[in-house]
Amino acid sequence: MRSIWSGLKEIGRYPSAIIGLTVIVLILVFGGYAMATIPYQEAIRLWRGGEEIWSESPKTAKPLWADWFTSTKHSRTIVLDSSEGEAVKTVETVSDESQLITLSYTFDYQYDTFPQELVVFFTADYDEKSPHASLTWYTPDGREIRIGQVSLRPTETYRFGTDDRLLRRLRGGVPHVALFAEPEAETPVPVKGTYRLDILVSTFENDADVDAKWVSYGEVHGLAGTDHRRRDLMIALQWGTPIALAFGLLAALGTTVTTMFVAAVGVWFGGWVDALIQRITEVNMVLPLLPILIMVGTFWEYGRSIWVILGCVIALSIFGGAIKTFRAIFLQVREAPYIEAAKAYGAGNGRIIVRYLIPRIIPVMIPSLVSGVPVYVFLEASLALLGLGDPVLPTWGKVIDDARAQGAVHNGQYYWVLQPALLLMLVGLGFAMVGFSLDRVFNPRLRGL
Amino acid sequence: MVNDSLLRIRDLKLHFRTTKGVVQAVDGVRFGLGHNEAVVVIGESGCGKSSLAKAVLRLLPRNVDTYSGEVYLNGTDTMKLDEEAFRRQVRWVKMSMVPQAAMNALNPVLRVGDQVAEPMMVHYGVGKDEALAQARRMFEHVGVPTDFMQRYAFELSGGMRQRVAIAMSLVTAPALIILDEPTSALDVLTQANIMNMLKRIKEEMETSFILITHDIATSSELADKVGVMYAGQIVEVSDAFRFFSGPLHPYSQKLMASVPRLRADVEPEFITGQPPSLFGLKPGCRFAPRCPARFGRCDQNPPVYEVDGREVRCWLYEETGTLVEAAKEA
Repeated sequence: MRSIWSGLKEIGRYPSAIIGLTVIVLILVFGGYAMATIPYQEAIRLWRGGEEIWSESPKTAKPLWADWFTSTKHSRTIVLDSSEGEAVKTVETVSDESQLITLSYTFDYQYDTFPQELVVFFTADYDEKSPHASLTWYTPDGREIRIGQVSLRPTETYRFGTDDRLLRRLRGGVPHVALFAEPEAETPVPVKGTYRLDILVSTFENDADVDAKWVSYGEVHGLAGTDHRRRDLMIALQWGTPIALAFGLLAALGTTVTTMFVAAVGVWFGGWVDALIQRITEVNMVLPLLPILIMVGTFWEYGRSIWVILGCVIALSIFGGAIKTFRAIFLQVREAPYIEAAKAYGAGNGRIIVRYLIPRIIPVMIPSLVSGVPVYVFLEASLALLGLGDPVLPTWGKVIDDARAQGAVHNGQYYWVLQPALLLMLVGLGFAMVGFSLDRVFNPRLRGL
Repeated sequence: MVNDSLLRIRDLKLHFRTTKGVVQAVDGVRFGLGHNEAVVVIGESGCGKSSLAKAVLRLLPRNVDTYSGEVYLNGTDTMKLDEEAFRRQVRWVKMSMVPQAAMNALNPVLRVGDQVAEPMMVHYGVGKDEALAQARRMFEHVGVPTDFMQRYAFELSGGMRQRVAIAMSLVTAPALIILDEPTSALDVLTQANIMNMLKRIKEEMETSFILITHDIATSSELADKVGVMYAGQIVEVSDAFRFFSGPLHPYSQKLMASVPRLRADVEPEFITGQPPSLFGLKPGCRFAPRCPARFGRCDQNPPVYEVDGREVRCWLYEETGTLVEAAKEA
């Protein structure tokens, strides 16, 4: 046991191990931060949530770091909510039965690109007669543009882009461009400065109240951007980390340990036990893993759960090809004098396997265990990409799958694919570097290389 | 009559299957041992000494062809026990063993203290603390500092490892310990130390030893009794005193003549020829081709005769000895 600990300490001498460990620690911090700040249930709720949860995020917005690569300053999302006091609200009683509520939104627009979309979410509190709102737009250069009028239900969403009358008034220009563009410019350029949106609401009841949230969706949003369902990709990237690592580690550990144990039992008892294990292994080696997993995921109701997949991976790997490697080493160890000595003093079969055979193989097992982690992380991502990912959990593979389904690369939304792919590559790199270093430490024959 | 109150072996056979044929490594051994007695089994390399030890403790390799005979230990025939009963009732309980190359017989991933304590835990189901306390007493017995118990085998010198292996064989206080060449890889001083230690242990713990060796000089100090092995058979069993002054079997005589004397001005002799290959042995005395005293009868398998309480497998004693085991049919 001590030799294993000293071996683990020794890897500090290998720069590749240091780099690999650093990468793994960074990934762990990245995932751990998500686990600490967003509880699991909350993460699931957010990931599965629709427009009602994500109403304040834009669709397929680039991440904030997209600005770093161009001199253009992309538009950000602006949210002003009158119920939060972010608008100037005046209430004027006109008569016993009517009020005039003015909501005035002022904001500074200093971006080089136009917003994606402009929306006002109304919440109206009234008994019978629905209030009536009219919207007016004031540009920094002093123009005043009438936007439109809307009769308010208790909750009402007014999208600038779908108002046909507004489109006609703007002579075909889409509102989120035309309202910001300089009128004379050939290619539309946004006018920078302070804009104002005034919403005049007439109510026909004295105690009615209206609030409105005005949202200008930006072209960049959040550290990781958003997907087609307005979800912040950061959730999936961060929460995908613990899921990917847990899957990878458990699968690597489960397969290696069971395989090693089966190999040890076969070698120790020999005879028909060994022969049977070897034949099962050979048959199992011919069976392809991926198609079987696809079958499980396709035909079984619960087959797409990541834990079912994990179980299948481990079950199929018990008699995996690694048995042959372990067996080759066990066959040597079996003939060692101290094994015979152990037999002589009356140690039982179980004791010899656990205390004498297996400890000798742990140094060989640890590197293959560590190098095996990314294999299973990639396997999970591959399954997700084939549409067999866990339907509930936010995983990296699911993000890539969504990106593929939405044609992200064709639409220039590289961030959508690159971010999860980068994390996958980092996991592979980190574990591979540590694994190779461990291999050098524990496998002295490789040391000269 | 040879004292065989502790261990009585009759017609023990252990043959191995190899690609070249069957090796008759142990072929009809007759042997005995009393309580608190040390027997030295001597013989040339490849005469089946180690196989005899393995046959007694039933440590069989996978290519066994024949394994038969009677091994009575304290009056019970251990050959009739099944594998599990043998493991539980005999190994390390009634007899233990210090294997050949004991230096490699320690598990490299266990501390030597734990290793020595293992048999106690396996056989008596005692807790780890109690087993370690017993192991500590054994370390004191064999003269290894008890703080070495925390070490691993590779941190000990060859002599220390040998002592640890002996401590391990003593830990359950068995009546019989088989030592297979316990000193072969050690320097002369360490050999002498270990022999003195074994002598002391024999007196203190009243154990019996079977000491397998080809080093007649070193082992002569410890021996109460000597067994001479040749080509898979014990050809002579004698008390040590009379053996060293006058061996009976011609092979024993030639063997003793080959040992250099300290005080007498005698040239050591050598035995012409080679021991027979253990494949497909011909009938007749196995030593006959090299024997200076051979005569007509040596073409037939010799029986075992008893001469004054010593046993010898040789036709020369047909007149003076009494027959104790008839010759086997060829």
